[in-house]
Parts: sequence; structure tokens; C-alpha cells
Amino acid sequence: MTVQTEIRSAPHIKGPRSVEQIMANVVYSLAPICAFFVYQYGISALASILVVTASCLLAERVFVRTGTQAGSLSDFSATITGLLLALTLPPGFPLWMGVVAGFSAMALGKALFGGIGFNVFNPALVGRAFVQAAFPAAIATYTPSFLPGRFTEFIPSSLAWPLMAPADTAAWLKAMQYDALASASPLARWKFEGFVTPAWDLVTSLTGHMAVGPSPLLILLCGAYLALRRFMDWRIPIAVLGSAGLSALLIYAVFGTRFPDPFFMLFSGGLVLGAVFMATDMATSPVTPRGMWLYGALIGLLTVVIRFYSGLPEGVMYAILIGNAATPLIERITQPTPFGKGVSIRARRQATYTLHPDYISREEAGAKTPKKRFLKNKPK
Amino acid sequence: MNTSAIPPQATPATSLVKTLGIVSAVCGLIIVGAYQGTYDAAAANRRLALERTVFKVVPAAKSMVEWQATPQGIRPAGGEPAPGAVKFYAAYDAQGALAGIAVEGAAKGYADTVRILFGYSPDCQCVTGFGLVASKETPGIGDKIVTNHEFLANFDALDVKLNAELSALANQVKVVKHGTKSQAWEIDAIAGATVTSRAVGKAINDSAQQLLPKLVPETEKLRKKES
Amino acid sequence: MSDLSQTRTFDEFMEGIWRQNPVFVMVLGMCPTLAVTVSAMNALSMGLATAFVLVCSCGLVSLMRNIVPKEVRIATYIVIIATFVTVVDYAIQAVSLAVYDALGAFIQLIVVNCIILGRAEAHASKHPPATAMVNALGMSLGFVIGLLALGTVREVLGAGTLFGVSLFGANFQPWVVMVLPPGGFIVLGAWLLLFSTLKQRKEVRLAEQGGGHGA
Repeated sequence: MTVQTEIRSAPHIKGPRSVEQIMANVVYSLAPICAFFVYQYGISALASILVVTASCLLAERVFVRTGTQAGSLSDFSATITGLLLALTLPPGFPLWMGVVAGFSAMALGKALFGGIGFNVFNPALVGRAFVQAAFPAAIATYTPSFLPGRFTEFIPSSLAWPLMAPADTAAWLKAMQYDALASASPLARWKFEGFVTPAWDLVTSLTGHMAVGPSPLLILLCGAYLALRRFMDWRIPIAVLGSAGLSALLIYAVFGTRFPDPFFMLFSGGLVLGAVFMATDMATSPVTPRGMWLYGALIGLLTVVIRFYSGLPEGVMYAILIGNAATPLIERITQPTPFGKGVSIRARRQATYTLHPDYISREEAGAKTPKKRFLKNKPK
Repeated sequence: MNTSAIPPQATPATSLVKTLGIVSAVCGLIIVGAYQGTYDAAAANRRLALERTVFKVVPAAKSMVEWQATPQGIRPAGGEPAPGAVKFYAAYDAQGALAGIAVEGAAKGYADTVRILFGYSPDCQCVTGFGLVASKETPGIGDKIVTNHEFLANFDALDVKLNAELSALANQVKVVKHGTKSQAWEIDAIAGATVTSRAVGKAINDSAQQLLPKLVPETEKLRKKES
Repeated sequence: MSDLSQTRTFDEFMEGIWRQNPVFVMVLGMCPTLAVTVSAMNALSMGLATAFVLVCSCGLVSLMRNIVPKEVRIATYIVIIATFVTVVDYAIQAVSLAVYDALGAFIQLIVVNCIILGRAEAHASKHPPATAMVNALGMSLGFVIGLLALGTVREVLGAGTLFGVSLFGANFQPWVVMVLPPGGFIVLGAWLLLFSTLKQRKEVRLAEQGGGHGA
């Protein structure tokens, strides 16, 4: 009789998946996107990805060592934050600002709340929001993709000295015979010049010298891999893209030519990346299926509203952050009704349940309670 | 009511009033003293600050006189400001000849009202420069309006001629998209700070529309400095 | 005897600077702390203006502590504080209009700064003028230090200058967020974090020492 019984509360059956496994798969699916980004922008993009990710990991390590954080360095979550953050920044973003972005993402977006699983907002977007507020000029400075010397030469703004203003990329581009228009992102070109880039060019991102991020098609493919392997819930991206497309279509249909067509809205800017990889962050999105639809719809609608009616050309970041903030509320109003509740309360009240011996757990002498993991300095 | 317990010692009303009266009197004396003591210095400071801005937009100026334009015509400021009057400052050079006119303007910017002072030259009937009086525009973006040389070049000679009847501007001052200025009365906006650029243009346009029809017919009155 | 009274005076003085620092420990007077600390100069002027009001009103409140009936004491304190705020308002206009414009409505709002009414009620009304003023001086110095701590960080990062002197040369890239309201909250949060960490460490150390002695 050496059987050891463990006594613990529900859940008793766990899926074989761990946080590490999910996170690692997200990293694998981000790898081709990062590779495409490097292919588009060359060594500046590579340096940006490496530096931002390294600063996120370093910040995570510092905060984990204070003993106030859940999670650890090996769970890949900081890597994901770093990669996503780098993908949302312009490729020629000064590297020292990238360090600031990575550090503030981990500090303000994650460590402040107690680490992985406790964060209210998507850390990558918090980092981006911080540098957007701190360096509004640098974050709006894009350069065209597929420049001839991109694998041998840095974009000059990348290599700015710490704390110093980046070099002027417009002059650099002029020297290379590119007009300033090519270095404005498609959204900025629409907002300030009324020029709508053809949607198909945006989908592949392979045509010409455009200031765009990785191809939306590739991002959708990588997202589909995650969704098919159930590492990500498919409802949120569908809801975000559907709601953004519908509201853009509605405005396009009612007000006509003043606004771009819905396909341009869907594939420009960071909407696809945000919908697939950032809105779906598990800690900051609702867990109820109906909540996911509502949350996605809210983000899509807000994105279109901010893009059309605010001073900023891009609205995905703020839309997702607002969606994150609304998540607890959404979860509260979309609670599913437990089985048996609501339909026939009276019947339930009259029912009696006899105490069956089988229901009572048998505590054996050798039973042990599993030790709970408590954080050393975790604030109450 | 149980009166056997020790009643709290009630302070008589007269004593309360007396104390408050004494305190108020003492405080009143301190305030009046401070007001009297600082009045001259504060007024001098305010005049200096205004002069500095006026002299900035009319660089040749050495002295200035405040005027106001009323529906009946223009007259030196002082006494009761008439309803609907617009204030402006006539700036004179060292010889006492009219160097230019500084006019206040305000329009809604990105964050709050942008208040400016712009210089008007009666000789060329144009705006010759502007200075910021108060603005809360985003640092690094909106405040480019006073540092961006391309933008400031708009105000070397911004055309604000009146129409033939002298009732309104011949051409409205217009802010156009960066790089598309083609007329002397257009302002080339700063790329990325369009809202603030527009506020400056609107402030100039509104003030000019209001003031110039009254001012221009009587410019001769201002030619010589009255002493 | 004089030794003892000297240490006590010193304690009164140090209380506001460290143990009960109005910004970092009591977290009082947040309205000016967050709003005017975009530059070190603004922070210093605001701190000095508050210091003048605090010391003078504590002195006057303490002088009057025996003749003011407790029924009307709050009214009296507010009148006294408002008086000195008005004096400071005029004085700043006379000294520098630039500072006056930069501080804006926050000079008048010193009236409702809870540090001042708090000190008048909790300390000055119970102590003789000399003690009250020394304590008020310590408190105001603590407040000045708090404002300067925020103001220097925000000015250095937000403009690359300190008291208007350029630190990094012309090519500095300003962190715009630091001179905007969110920057105030972030910097204040960072300072509070630093202070509470220091305090926690000290408590842990004291507890360890105390435990050793007790056994």
C-alpha cells in the first residue's frame, strides 16, 4: 500500500500544453515574418529586431531577479514581445530608441503588473505607445523597402548616438534619387495627400519601393498555422478584420470617395499584424467566445474611427490598447450561463441530492498536498 | 437633556466675530501692502514683455503706442475700451516714423488657443512676421512654427491687400498643403504640423479681416509718433 | 539641556525632508507636483513660492494659536494662507513674468495645497512660533526637493537642459513625453518606487537587527 494520493482542487485534467510550448510556437510562426522584414529592409531591420528583442530579454531578466514577477526568462514571452515590438517600429528606428522601447515595454507593460499573465495591456504595444509619445518624429520616419544597398548599408537614422537626434533620412534618400513621397507609409500618404495605394501591392508588399511592414499575406499564413494548431483563437483576428472591413465598407458606401476602399483599410498599416499577433495575446483578451467576438469587433471599429477621424494616420495600436482595457468588462457581460441555470430555477430548488459515499474523497495516510508556488516578494 | 455632564465651553459669538475681524483686518493690510509694493514692478514687467514681442515682429521698432480700432475709426487706446474695438500697436523707429503695426490674433490650435502677434506693414500692405504670445502646442511638433525656417519664410511678405471697396481682404489668407504655395497670400504649412500652421493662418486672417478695413483708410493718422 | 533642544529642533527640521517628505512619503500636493515640474526652474520657483506661504502662514497661525477659538480655526487658517498666496502671486509678477506665465493658475492653487493646511492644523496650531517655523521650513525644503527631483529628470530628458543650460549639445533628441502629463506620472512613479524600495530595505534591516538584539 504505497499508493500516494494527491489532494488538490480542480482542475484535475490538464491539457498537455504548457505556456512555454505555446509561446515557442508563436516565436516559430513569427520567424518567417521577421525574415521577410529583414529581406525588405536589410541589416537595419535585422539590427533593430536583435537590439529590441535583446533589450526586452535583458529587462525581463532584471525584473525576474527582483523576485516580484511571475514567469521566467525561458518562457519565450519576452522574446515575443521584443519581436512584435521591432516589427511595429520603422526599420530605420534609431537603435538606442529601440532599447528605450524594449525596456519601457517590459517595465511599464509587464513588470508593473507582476509579470506574465498579470499584464492588463499588451507589453509590445505599451512600449510602442511610449516611444510614440516620446519620439513622435522618429517613429513616423519610414524608408522605402527593397533599397539596392540594404544588405551592406545601414539606414543612417539607425545608428544615431544614444540620446542624440537621428540623421535626416530624407537627405539620404534624396542623394539616392528617391523622392520624399516614397518614404511616407501608405496610410500617411492617404491621410495627408489623398493617395490610395492599390490593395494588391499592399497584400504582397513585394512591389516597388514602399514604406510598408511585412506582407499581410505572410502574416495571415503564419496566423493560420497557429490557429489550426489551436495555439491561438481564430475568433479574434476574424472579428477584428471583419469589423474593420465592414465599418470601412459602410463609410465608403455612405460617404464615397472621400474615404479609401475597405481593402486598402484592411491591408495597410499594422492592422493584420495587430489582429493576428497582438489582439490575440492570451492575458489581455477575453476568454469567453462571445467576448472574443465583441472584443475583436470593438478593436476593428476603433481602428477605422481613429484612422478616419483623428490626427494620426495609424490607429491599430490605440484601438488594441483600448480593447485590452475593456477586456475585464467584456468578460463580465459575456459570462456564459452555467448548465441548468436560468431556464427552470423552480425545478432545481425542489430537487434533492443525497449524499453518496462515493462523493466523499478518501484521505489516505500518505496523501500529500502539493506545495503551492508563492513568489518571494509578490505584492498582495 | 442631561445637563449634569460638563458642558463644552461655548465660545461667545462676539469673541468669534472679533477674532475673525482681527484676522481679516491683518490679512487685508498685508495684501494691500503687497499689492502697492509690487504694482509698479509688475506693470513695468508686463509692458516690457509686450514691447519685446512687438519689437520682434517689427524689427526696426524702437518705441510703440497702443491704439484701438472702433467702428467710428481709430484712436489711441486709453480710457474705456469701446465695445467691438480691436487693439493694435503702432511701432515707431528711432526717428519717430512709423515702422510697422503689430496686431494680435488668436485661433484654435491642436491643444489650445494659439495666440500670436503679427507685424503688418502699411507700405506693402503685407504681413512681415509673427511672434508667439501663448501656445500649448505639442513640443517638438506644433512648436516648429517658430523654429522652422521654411515656414517663417512665408511671413517675409504675406499679402493682405484689401479689395477695391476697402471692405475686406482681396484674397483670404489661406494655409495650403506643404510644398504647394503658389500665391503671395498663401501659407505653406509645415508637413506634420498642419493643424498648428492652419491656426496661425486663421489667426492672421481673422484679425486682418476685422482690423484692416478700419485701419487702412486712416493710416496717415499713425504716420508720425504723437509725443 | 541646550544639546537636547538642539537635537529636537534638528529632528523637527529633518522630519519634513526625509521621514515625512510631503512628496515621496505622504504623497501630498500632487497637483502642482505633476503639473508644473516640466523644468527644473519651474519646479524650483513653485517650491520656493510654496515654501514662503508655508513658513509665513505657519508662523502666523502659531502666533495666533491661543487667541483663535477652535470653532473658527479653519476659516482663520484659510484666510491667512490665502493672504500669503496673494502676496506671493504679486511678488512673482513683479520679479518675473515668464515664471508667472509658466506656473499659471498653480500659484493661486497653493491655497488648496493640503500640505499647508495640514501643517497649520497638525503642527503650527500646537507649537510655539519658532518650532512651527522650523518644522515648516523642513517641510518646504522636502517639498522643494521633491519638485526638483521631478523637474530635473523631466527637463534633462524632455529638453536636454538643466536650468536652461544645454547638457548634450544641439543634436539632443528630446523625449517629448517627459514634458507632457504622462511623463509627470511616469517620473513620479519611478521616484516613489525608489523611495519605497529604500524604505522597505531599511525596515528589513532594522527588523533583522531588532530580532538579534531581542534574542
